[in-house]
Amino acid sequence: MTLEELGRKLSLEVRTATGKLGTEVTGGYAADLLSCAMAKARAGNVWVTLQSHPNVVAVASLLNLAGVIVTEGMIPDAATLEKAEEEGIPILTTELTTFTVVGRLFELGVPGVE
Amino acid sequence: MPEITRLQELVYELKIGEVMTREVVTVAPQTSMTELREILREHRISGVPVVENGELVGIISIEDLIKALAAGEMEAPVGEKMTRDPVTLRTDGPVVLAINHFTSYDFGRFPVVDGKRKLVGVLTRGDIIQGLLKKLEVEYHEEEIHRYRASHIFEDIASDRTSIVLHYDVVARDFDHAGEASSKIKSALSRLGASPQIVRRVAIATYEAEMNIILHTDEGGEISAEVQPGRITIRAVDTGPGIPDIEQAMQPGFSTAPEWIRELGFGAGMGLINIQRCADEMRLESPESRWTSLEVVIALDGEKGEK
Repeated sequence: MTLEELGRKLSLEVRTATGKLGTEVTGGYAADLLSCAMAKARAGNVWVTLQSHPNVVAVASLLNLAGVIVTEGMIPDAATLEKAEEEGIPILTTELTTFTVVGRLFELGVPGVE
Repeated sequence: MPEITRLQELVYELKIGEVMTREVVTVAPQTSMTELREILREHRISGVPVVENGELVGIISIEDLIKALAAGEMEAPVGEKMTRDPVTLRTDGPVVLAINHFTSYDFGRFPVVDGKRKLVGVLTRGDIIQGLLKKLEVEYHEEEIHRYRASHIFEDIASDRTSIVLHYDVVARDFDHAGEASSKIKSALSRLGASPQIVRRVAIATYEAEMNIILHTDEGGEISAEVQPGRITIRAVDTGPGIPDIEQAMQPGFSTAPEWIRELGFGAGMGLINIQRCADEMRLESPESRWTSLEVVIALDGEKGEK
């Protein structure tokens, strides 16, 4: 399933890189510690987190993630959005909690990567 | 803000003078419409500028010709049927300006003049498309050549030991540029032809080393990546404060990061562990607990992946 479809089904708000939503999502990962994401998230994964500072983009870009879902109504600041746009990393936001987003993603068949 | 494509950049970069047709067929005001018809047919064009004594005085198109034909006025001189004082473009204008002109005026072509208003070319939509395509093609070839050269550098250059060293300065507490050194090393390695698996391991190791310097050092440090046939060596060196107990620092979850840094998601105490997982060899030293030197070797042949 593509990020665009996931975004539509979960009513996520696309904040950046609208041109990069066609990527096929290979799986999902959730955590708020960057080093954990660095260790476990795989290329093409969608990363669910409530962190929203620019380093989230650095991690996503280094790992070639499909995109980042920022939860609990956190709105990334301008620097984060600008960097994400520059690096072509889609950031999607939602009022839902990380738990709910991950649950919905699982229902839609997005697997966790062990 | 939508993503800006190379094509969009190009319409600002490319000048009208670079894409216009330079060999311009012109007619004089005295040329008859019948003669004009022959000229258009012969050159397979749909309009020409009208020039008198070297000066641009008008423009005449196939549309004017059809009107004259319908009115039975084919013997009339071009000077009577042409559009006077045509809208012109300048050679030094960006192509985007020409695109706007084609949108706002309903003309098929614009005469192009130089700084002294001398006619030097003609621009059609076709010229713009061709110019853009040509430029893109040239750039594509250049990128292919760069890539080829970069990935064959070790075969092209003969020495007893060849290596490329990339140096990056890392500034303490500079969160705005955090991850930039690793990101640059990542793209350099991709260009040098390293496999995605290797690039990933190097990216993770350098990112964690970079974050350690940003988060924990007093005055920043340097990260370098040395690429040699068969191996990549990453070195991260700083000037302090150093690690008092390396064994303790290597424990998963051990962290000295203050609360505010942890709230940002850093300082999980997993950085060194992540580096170790990606490394084939790892040496961490902090002589006299005053400064820190980290050396990570990643072998290129093993392709063993993260541990």
